[in-house]
Amino acid sequence: MHGEYRYEPKNGFMKWLDSRLPIMRLLDESVLQFPTPKNLNYWFTFGGILTFMLAVQIVTGIVLAMHYVPQETMAFDSVEHIMRDVNYGWLLRYAHSNGASMFFVAVYVHIFRGLYYGSYKAPREVLWILGVIIYLLMMATGFLGYTLPWGQMSFWGATVITNFFSAIPVVGDAVTQWLWGSFAVDNSTLQRFFSLHYLLPFVIAGVVVLHIWALHVPGNNNPLGIDVKGPQDTVPFHPYYTVKDGFALAVFVLFFAALVFFAPNLLGNPDNFVPANRLVTPMHIVPEWYYLPFYAILRSVPSKLLGVILLFGGILVWAFLPWLDTSYVRSARFRPIFRQLFWVFGVVCIGLGWCGAQTPDHVIVDLGPNMTAINAAVDHATKAGKTPEEIAAVQKSAEASERVTFAVVDLSRILTIAYFAFFFPGLFLLGWVETPLPLPESISKAVLGTRGGAASGGRPLEQRG
Amino acid sequence: MITIRRKKGLILAHSTDDASVTRRDFIYVASGTMAALGAAAAVWPLIDQMNPSADTLALKEIEVDLASIVPGQQITVEWRKKPVFIRRRTPDEIKQAEETPLDELKDPQADSARVQKPEWLIVVAICTHLGCIPSKDMKGEYGGWLCPCHGSQYDTSGRIRKGPAPNNLAVPAYKFLSDTKVQIG
Ligand code: HEM
Ligand code: FES
Repeated sequence: MHGEYRYEPKNGFMKWLDSRLPIMRLLDESVLQFPTPKNLNYWFTFGGILTFMLAVQIVTGIVLAMHYVPQETMAFDSVEHIMRDVNYGWLLRYAHSNGASMFFVAVYVHIFRGLYYGSYKAPREVLWILGVIIYLLMMATGFLGYTLPWGQMSFWGATVITNFFSAIPVVGDAVTQWLWGSFAVDNSTLQRFFSLHYLLPFVIAGVVVLHIWALHVPGNNNPLGIDVKGPQDTVPFHPYYTVKDGFALAVFVLFFAALVFFAPNLLGNPDNFVPANRLVTPMHIVPEWYYLPFYAILRSVPSKLLGVILLFGGILVWAFLPWLDTSYVRSARFRPIFRQLFWVFGVVCIGLGWCGAQTPDHVIVDLGPNMTAINAAVDHATKAGKTPEEIAAVQKSAEASERVTFAVVDLSRILTIAYFAFFFPGLFLLGWVETPLPLPESISKAVLGTRGGAASGGRPLEQRG
Repeated sequence: MITIRRKKGLILAHSTDDASVTRRDFIYVASGTMAALGAAAAVWPLIDQMNPSADTLALKEIEVDLASIVPGQQITVEWRKKPVFIRRRTPDEIKQAEETPLDELKDPQADSARVQKPEWLIVVAICTHLGCIPSKDMKGEYGGWLCPCHGSQYDTSGRIRKGPAPNNLAVPAYKFLSDTKVQIG
């Protein structure tokens, strides 16, 4: 969707450089002058924010690695050394650990933005799938990084997650031992996790390049979800969107800074202040907040293999979204039913996240005594020929323990079903039954109101308040 | 010039004047195959280096003194980087384990197949779900262990009774060296 614009080197040196390495041409044509729809809102600034956060993680990570020691007897102490002794070590570490959270905040907004405006639909399927791949790599990187401080939650989180692979039939145990390099999570595991935690962000950076490349073929989607029809629908990326993205980034960084300076351990887990101990499992294992919905899906199923399949399925289903959604209209603005389902789906995801943070048998609603079980206990006692006093005691204890309850696992089950049902059959059928609202003729007509396009009377963008 | 012709109806390769498959094609396929084999051979060390190393594999048996364990008590020892439970079962616990009908079990196994001496239950203390250590303090409904991670429950024979774990707690290889000494591994 490149416009008519072509880069012209300004002086002799630039001409010389352009005919040898057209790097300024690349920058000018595909960033600065890149024709971008006029109507992008703030939800479209999160791509830039994500790029920034990746850079933050790489820069803070590289300097942390100058002080961190990936060795089971020293890792925990080296992190404490960073916190207490290294100049600004506390800042670097808090920026990195909270940076990971902010990175995930941004990626979730970015993904739900894509869902709302139908950014995954043709011709952006490959762009979307590359995004899902980046998200998977981020999850892997965050998990590997969380192992490094070698606290209790690091150790047991790593144990539970690597054990996912033991669910694979036949070769599962061999695969997990291969991952660990031992019979359990061990020093060998820590060292390879460090190596991979260093590597993966650069792999992410590579996939981000592909992601942006795939973006620049069809160009940006926009809140109306209709195609750009010509130059009247676009503005150059610079200065319009460099400034808009810059402003959004500044606000985002404000929240990031608030977290780092005022509540650096808000999202952390107190158990990670205890050094790893392979003989004691903490009473309540929870992953980092950004994995909670998937953790709830895992725990909602009483079968190990199925739980693991659903967990990964819950992520992979996103990659199939372009084909699961059968509606030809992109933006939720013109899809009255989809728009409501979108919010329901958002609540389902947050609900799963809440479930993931609770213990599974935590009771949400107590529906009263379970008469069937109590009667059975009393019958059993009667048949055993117990004395009336003994039977009364049995009844009393049964009344205390046997209750009909609605617990976290029950809620997780309902929400897991809702989660998958949203994609299929939900979105699949919705495309056939929903009547979309009429689409505007063009982006410029829509942004300039009904008085007509840019040619007939609408104020130029520069003058609008 | 080498020409490989039809031999007993088997086409190895054709000479240029014979048909469309040339000597060049043969070299192309042969060198491609060799390169693929070479790449596979070079990748294997890169993969295999991640498997447990010789010193890890060398961690073998441990000896445990049982003299101080009273009935109803349990200790946890470390064997091959894994926790192992040694539980001296009470007569009640033994009775419960032995009398459980096999058809109530998810991973049916008789108690007698899991112990050498009924009084001593020795199991790898790793939940067969996702690897946490089941807790003895929260016995669960079956008098054995409850895993704090996702709520799997084990009975007094270490057999899985409820929850997401698929299998019974594993029984390691062990032998009694004397009445009060056991060797695990
Ligand atoms: C995609 C980008 C990245 C993400 C999402 C990420 C995430 C994380 C997380 C969640 C932790 C645990 C923080 C804590 O609780 O202490 C961590 C630790 C660490 N990361 Fe990263 N990281 C990224 C990139 C990098 C890079 C490029 C390096 C360079 C080597 C690096 C080096 C480290 C080190 C040395 C630690 C251990 C020190 C500590 O725990 O603070 N990270 N990372
Ligand atoms: S690890 Fe024990 S129930 Fe999941």
